[in-house]
Amino acid sequence: MFRAVVRLSTSGVRSLARIRPCYSAPLASRCCSHAKVETDEEFDARWVTYFSKPDIDAWELKEGMNTLIGYDLVPEPKILDSALRACRRLNDLASAIRILEAVKDKSGPHKDIYPYLIQELQPTLIELGISTPEDLGMDKL
Amino acid sequence: MLTSRALVRGLKSGFWRPLSSTSSVQAAHGKDMSPDVLDPSVPQYNNRLDTPLSDVPFVRNLNSEQRQLKEKEKGPWTKLTKEEKIALYRLTHELTYPEMRRGSSEWKTVLGGVFIFLGFSGMLVWWQRIYVFGEVPHTLSDEWVEKQTQRMIDMRINPVGGFAYHWDYVKKQWK
Repeated sequence: MFRAVVRLSTSGVRSLARIRPCYSAPLASRCCSHAKVETDEEFDARWVTYFSKPDIDAWELKEGMNTLIGYDLVPEPKILDSALRACRRLNDLASAIRILEAVKDKSGPHKDIYPYLIQELQPTLIELGISTPEDLGMDKL
Repeated sequence: MLTSRALVRGLKSGFWRPLSSTSSVQAAHGKDMSPDVLDPSVPQYNNRLDTPLSDVPFVRNLNSEQRQLKEKEKGPWTKLTKEEKIALYRLTHELTYPEMRRGSSEWKTVLGGVFIFLGFSGMLVWWQRIYVFGEVPHTLSDEWVEKQTQRMIDMRINPVGGFAYHWDYVKKQWK
């Protein structure tokens, strides 16, 4: 559900309309292309798996995170959870905090996304001992 | 603006480099003032909104205190104080996102400079008007223009949609 909401290039945060006619309109006889379209769940699962690699290295974390932030979406909490755990495995608290800052920035004008993410990630943040940028006073200049 | 910043940086490197960048400052911050920043073939640190995790940490040459902190980071993060967490963040990143997004007041300088130069040009034009230009031709004097206008009305210049059209010949006034 949330992936549809957080697709930033659409208008309206609350709209549930998906912009992939090939997927959500089985009666449509015309498709844009014949390539297989990845569902939101597949996308999420792929990224969760990527960050869940037990022996992930710093480069892979950096590469994955930068790529993910490059997409036109705010990642689901489960992807971020996986990424934060990867930071823990790499003993990199700074990156964990940076990831939280990045997704807040990525939400842009939709101010309700970040509190939702923090709310969903709260168990993980407490478990791993990650402070949010707000806790550390780094969200203000 | 590119030129003002380039000018300032040129001044900085020319005059203020020996004062502002001592070798200890250079050593502590892996990013600036070292040969690496001039070598694009080596990974560099950068502050970018779209690239949260940079290729290298901001501070690469850690002193012993910082190295101890890094060791502590390998343990549970719940044991770190807020100051330590902030310090760890600042070791890896130079600027936070709000700091990256912060604008500068450079526009005020630019606008002020523009107005100063426009004003100066205006002063020059004014001086020129007073001291360089001669008198205006006599055909632009009020008396001449009056007589000219009357003549144009009498000749019915552009009677359809132009000059004489706007004159009411009955009431002898402008419409």
